[in-house]
Amino acid sequence: MSILIDRNTKVIVQGITGNAGRFHTQKMLEYKTQVVGGVTPGKGGTPCEGVPVFNGVSEAVQKTGADASVIFVPAKFCLEAIREAAEGGIRLIVCITEGIPTLDMVRVKQELKQKGVRLIGPNCPGIITPEECKIGIMPGYIHKKGSIGVLSRSGTLTYEAVWQLTKLGLGQSSCIGIGGDPVLGSDFVDLLELFSKDDKTEALLLIGEIGGEAEEEATRFIQKCFKKPVAAFIAGRTAPPGRRMGHAGAIISGSKGTAEEKIETLRAGGVSVAESPGQIGQTVMNLLKNT
Amino acid sequence: MKLHEFQAKSILASYQVPVPKGAVASTLEEAEQLFGRLGRSRYVLKAQVLAGGRGKGGGVKLVKSRDEFTKVAKELIGKRLITPQTGPQGVIVRRILVEETADIAKEFYLGIVIDRNISLPVVLASAAGGMEIEEVAKKDASAILKEAVHPAKGLTISQSKGLARSLGLPSSLENTFHTIVSSCLNLFLEKDLSLLEINPFVLTKENSLLALDCKMTVDDNALFRHPEFQSLQDKDEEDPRELLAQKVGINYIHLDGNIGCLVNGAGLAMATMDVIKLYGGNPANFLDVGGGADVNQVREAFTILLSDAKIRAVLINIFGGIMKCDVIAQGILSALKEVSLTVPLVVRLEGTNVELGKKIIADSGLPIIPADTMDDAAMKVVKAAR
Repeated sequence: MSILIDRNTKVIVQGITGNAGRFHTQKMLEYKTQVVGGVTPGKGGTPCEGVPVFNGVSEAVQKTGADASVIFVPAKFCLEAIREAAEGGIRLIVCITEGIPTLDMVRVKQELKQKGVRLIGPNCPGIITPEECKIGIMPGYIHKKGSIGVLSRSGTLTYEAVWQLTKLGLGQSSCIGIGGDPVLGSDFVDLLELFSKDDKTEALLLIGEIGGEAEEEATRFIQKCFKKPVAAFIAGRTAPPGRRMGHAGAIISGSKGTAEEKIETLRAGGVSVAESPGQIGQTVMNLLKNT
Repeated sequence: MKLHEFQAKSILASYQVPVPKGAVASTLEEAEQLFGRLGRSRYVLKAQVLAGGRGKGGGVKLVKSRDEFTKVAKELIGKRLITPQTGPQGVIVRRILVEETADIAKEFYLGIVIDRNISLPVVLASAAGGMEIEEVAKKDASAILKEAVHPAKGLTISQSKGLARSLGLPSSLENTFHTIVSSCLNLFLEKDLSLLEINPFVLTKENSLLALDCKMTVDDNALFRHPEFQSLQDKDEEDPRELLAQKVGINYIHLDGNIGCLVNGAGLAMATMDVIKLYGGNPANFLDVGGGADVNQVREAFTILLSDAKIRAVLINIFGGIMKCDVIAQGILSALKEVSLTVPLVVRLEGTNVELGKKIIADSGLPIIPADTMDDAAMKVVKAAR
């Protein structure tokens, strides 16, 4: 088992004919993901990477039976692309694009809530269930099937952590990058709920960073309802206040959202927090030995 | 993107939010002209810098006579203003705002931000005006009133009445207050702001409401649909290296340490700074060349890094995923041909084809210190910087 996606998930790629869309379609296909179609308005009819291309999501869903979509379209068109996916019958939308206006996300998030459609991202690497299905831009080979759930606000730092796990022989159930923006389709708590119900997930690794209160919210949830062991790493102990550290959401506002504050909260909530980013895998390993 | 107070106030005025009469001056002559033109005897002169804490740094002065006006205007324009937010180097005051004074009966705080927990805009209000809202929050969180607003629905009358009553505004002003807050909210939504703060928002002795100070921050991701902000951008207070990095699509933030870092991905870049600190070093910067780390970006990043005279050593930490380590190693070597490296360089590669990448670096004959794990890399670069 896994969460959200498995070998039966059928995926369409919105923005398949762009550079990133085409490249990652190829990589997803290599990982044996069922990429059943692509969407680029005005380019329907001509296959791309061997995958049929449609002019709109609704047509793609009808013809292919897709239930998930991954979005590579430019930021200024993402609001419409997400809406189109939700209206076209997609149940899981993964938005990779970085740079979407925050208020676009505020608006579309309310709409998705009403429709019961789940969005992962934006500004994220995507989601992978190792050896079954990869929807996103993460390098597939660093992952290994197993029982550690991974949740993260980052991209390459997640790859680093996953690679450490894999090298220690610790496989993963599903790994999800929730994104680096201030307003996200799904936050830690939404996905912790799913991991808590997933039989195959035995422990969880949470990778957070400065800004916002997602880690504090996650801790509250973990204390109340999450019965599995949790390890974490928080990036940004050395980040200066008031500066956006690459991710739009990674900013210490005044004295709020610091790494120290988050680490203290997580530890008080019984989470095992790695001191060094080089020791994330080992921290999970030690946690498993002691429980 | 942050706006200056005078820019923010002119936008407020265009949304019919009452602001004091005033104008901006960048020379003493311009300021002197305003003295006569605005026709008052008392003025407040306010340094226009983007950094906060101006009052504490002596950038806001009340003047009561022509002589005092000239003296203070002369002193402020061109002054190096040091506030709690500028750092010890301060910023040069290039413009001042000359404004009529107000007879204040009561000061409030009014703000709009996006609440990340509920993913909605919230109107914040407090009777503790004039103070930094964070200080208020620290002392007594209940002193800050919050109303979440659905962007499609706007602020309801009952919400604004509730706020007005809790603030203790006269009931005769409840409608005016609703109009003002609704205008602010429309402005926030239409202009794609991430912060709108009026502090203090005042009730005058003449029983009117007035925005005495204003901070606005525009969501950088939305600038593409707001060409009107292009001409308002002030780059004078930005670090020249950061501006150069922006131009070439690199995320660079200058810090005070002496170990330069070059990393792919924002999270990994932060983690690299952290691990340097953990082993007793001090990072000189945050630098994210992007997840892919292409050759041009790496070269530009090197140039920016090495332009910082404080740098004693550099750490390159790249996780090669989609972009393979051998390609990255080639990129590093070709970038090194174009920049002259004068400090020790530690390179840590991990990911696809890592062995091949390491071999390319080792065979290059360049004095590069190879590292395996993040801890190993941090220890080596900290040692090299000493």
